[in-house]
Amino acid sequence: MKQRISLAGGLLSLLMAGVATADELNLRPGVTDISQQVYDLHMIILVICVFIGIAVFGVMFWSVIHHRRSAGYEAAKFHESTKLELAWTIVPTLILIGMAIPATQVLVAMYDTGGEDMTVEVRGYQWKWQYKYLDDDYNNTFSFFSNMATTQDEIQNRSAKGENYLLEVDNPLRIPSNRKVRFLVTSEDVIHAWWVPDFGIKRDAVPGMLNELWTVVEEPGIYRGQCTELCGKDHGFMPVVVEVMEEADFDAWYAEEVANESVRQEALSKTFTHEELMEQGEEVYGTFCASCHQPNGQGLPPVFPSLVGSPYIVGPRDDHIKMVIEGVPGTAMQAFGRQLDAAQLAAVVHYERHSWGNDSDDITQPRDVIELSGE
Amino acid sequence: MSEVIHAGQQDDHHDDHHDHGPDKGLARWLFTTNHKDIGTLYLWFSFAMFLVGGVMALVIRTELFQPGLQFVNPEFFNQMTTNHGLIMVFGAIMPAFVGLANWLVPMQVGAPDMALPRMNNLSFWILPFAFGIMISTLFMEGGGPNFGWTFYAPLSTTYAPDSVTFFIFAVHLMGASSIMGSINIIATILNMRAPGMTLMKMPLFIWTWLITAYLLIAVMPVLAGAVTMMLFDIHFGTSFFNAAGGGDPVMFQHIFWFFGHPEVYIMILPAFGVISHIIPAFARKTLFGYDSMVYAVASIAFLSFIVWAHHMFTVGMPLAGQLFFMYTTMLIAIPTGVKVFNWTATMWRGSMTFETPMLFAIAFVVLFTIGGFSGLMLAITPVDYQYHDTYFVVAHFHYVLVPGALFSIIAAVYFWFPKWTGKMYNETLGKLHFWLSFIGVNITFFPQHFSGLAGMPRRIPDYPLQFADFNMVSSVGAFIFGFSQLFFLYVIIHGIRSGTPAKARAWEGAKGLEWTLPSPAPYHSFTHPPKVTDEEVHA
Repeated sequence: MKQRISLAGGLLSLLMAGVATADELNLRPGVTDISQQVYDLHMIILVICVFIGIAVFGVMFWSVIHHRRSAGYEAAKFHESTKLELAWTIVPTLILIGMAIPATQVLVAMYDTGGEDMTVEVRGYQWKWQYKYLDDDYNNTFSFFSNMATTQDEIQNRSAKGENYLLEVDNPLRIPSNRKVRFLVTSEDVIHAWWVPDFGIKRDAVPGMLNELWTVVEEPGIYRGQCTELCGKDHGFMPVVVEVMEEADFDAWYAEEVANESVRQEALSKTFTHEELMEQGEEVYGTFCASCHQPNGQGLPPVFPSLVGSPYIVGPRDDHIKMVIEGVPGTAMQAFGRQLDAAQLAAVVHYERHSWGNDSDDITQPRDVIELSGE
Repeated sequence: MSEVIHAGQQDDHHDDHHDHGPDKGLARWLFTTNHKDIGTLYLWFSFAMFLVGGVMALVIRTELFQPGLQFVNPEFFNQMTTNHGLIMVFGAIMPAFVGLANWLVPMQVGAPDMALPRMNNLSFWILPFAFGIMISTLFMEGGGPNFGWTFYAPLSTTYAPDSVTFFIFAVHLMGASSIMGSINIIATILNMRAPGMTLMKMPLFIWTWLITAYLLIAVMPVLAGAVTMMLFDIHFGTSFFNAAGGGDPVMFQHIFWFFGHPEVYIMILPAFGVISHIIPAFARKTLFGYDSMVYAVASIAFLSFIVWAHHMFTVGMPLAGQLFFMYTTMLIAIPTGVKVFNWTATMWRGSMTFETPMLFAIAFVVLFTIGGFSGLMLAITPVDYQYHDTYFVVAHFHYVLVPGALFSIIAAVYFWFPKWTGKMYNETLGKLHFWLSFIGVNITFFPQHFSGLAGMPRRIPDYPLQFADFNMVSSVGAFIFGFSQLFFLYVIIHGIRSGTPAKARAWEGAKGLEWTLPSPAPYHSFTHPPKVTDEEVHA
């Protein structure tokens, strides 16, 4: 009997070691000090639960095997025991206190905000993330959107799925290693949740609220997560990808991006040709509009109307521009004036007015958009 | 019946009236005020809803069998997850427990019927309309509810499909039905107990339902308030949950979970009661620690009101708030542990046999406890950040609701089936149903712990490749489980049609006033108050 118990114990610990190491089976230890603490806490609680489970189920199954009528066992008469009942109230209380202490310590450590080296605003949209580097030196203007890069062909099983299927984006958030980065998480529309499992951080992005998070990552690399709060149709298709760069690399990249930013500002006063507008417009449309209005402009009526022959497109151009800038309150049509700059808005409006059989005779320039959004 | 015979000339007319039984045909079911008929209606209705919700679950599992979108689009997938949740919670589990209460409360307290029979009829007949309305939204332009069964604003207000108004109306109807059902149960238990049945002699099913009914009366109006505020935000220009108008989307979650957490216990406390009857019956031994069982249920009910924000740890609360809700949530483990220990101690040194109800009851204790462990893990705030809204949560609540609440309902049906029908179901078929369900439920939900820990978010129609293996296993399990419930239907119909006659005390170890009635129980349970003996009730 003793041998059998030790054999069972051996097998069990082997199994648990296997569970603890296999990626597919357990929580990831992650790459930050916090995520490691969280992982350790998870393992402590898990092991305690497993042992309590073995004890309780062990007693129960011993009873099931031995105390059965078919084995000729006569029922005992007892039905209470104050000592036992006190014991199994007090012992669990002590175990819970033992769990609460490390849990409180980790939680307090997670709330240690402040002392950050840089701040990034994370803003959720249906169904993409916007990252804005809050930096007074550059007027807080440097921001970009991060859209899922997995193609519809892969999702619809028309082509092979890549290694990072559903976990790849066009522009990842880039942050430096070894610096304390603070995130201010919020949303433009519904509630989303921003999660990077390897950093051990997750926070809801709530419209009208700024939630605070922070991390320090030592190991450069690419870390992937997903939106974790149901946010509508494409909830499953808004990955979070963070590229942690060596400090020097990050600084160089950041300097270049900020310089590009001034080029972008210049574009707002340029005059474009029809071809330039169509080219840029198609790109903007594909990223921001196609998930609802579909690549062929047919939409998904009645929720997402078709753009082919739409009254906005057949009608006066300025109404079309204004609608795209301001959105349609109470519907899924967002106010894109807050997401796109005048050059992008001009291009996408122009593209919509000249695609899928729509054929207006006008041309839309960034200054037309600026004029209307100035009102 | 002996009392009836000796009741004398004057009562004869009265007794004749009782003997002629129910109306014939459809009228019997439409206009019935009889607790047994209404209990039967509730149980069949909940089984029908269980199949509807189950088909939705299978649509979900079919889509998730492999990565990529194969069968449904994401929009419809969201409608399936939402309606699966709503139908299972409000249409299957809750009405099933009300059905059990209707059948059992008068028989267990020694009463002829429920205290308020006409309201009883109304509270049932509201339900088919409520669910008819809700299911009809799936066929409306723009689709049905697609915002999750928790319907968080603003996804369920500003961004909701037009059909949300019908959804709100349906929720109001369900709430009205639940409140009426609760009032009826409380009135029956408090006023109609046989002489000698003091509170601390009541069967545990009665105790758990009494407390559950109070929980329902406390929180259903809160839910009604939440959906009414939604209605105003959608149609009348208010901004309760709209940040742009000065409202607060997080307030919706606080209100919802102030209803939602007690709601969770509404679905499990009566299960505790059922299990506390079945285990002693088949262990042939008195329930261990009756008093502490009652206190444990009362403590759990009290705690359910002060733990709600543990569903919202990632929403952004101050540290003190997080700690408060973490500590209170951990406390629930203590009374829950007491219950599990008491059931184990009841089995200990009993003389056990393992008929179908006992198999389901033992599976309940083991698998519910596993759900309790994952619940404790979820209570630990810093770790919950990693688990929150992943499949780990899905695994957790399915473990407490399927092999938890649902298994207890199935166990109750097998246990009281002979009393209800006067027939015994086929034991071999019942055991086969148990093993199919037990294996199916574990294949379905155990792997979801792993995919959750590995990082799979819930409510997604498609997933990254590393989750493929466990999702495939889970889908296979779901089909095994789903089809074994059709087999359950067969076992029941087979039992009703060709079961062998049952004795009054169908299970030799079963205690309680209901077993002193003949099988099947007479149309009006106790026309004269029975004698409450220590032999039948807890002494």
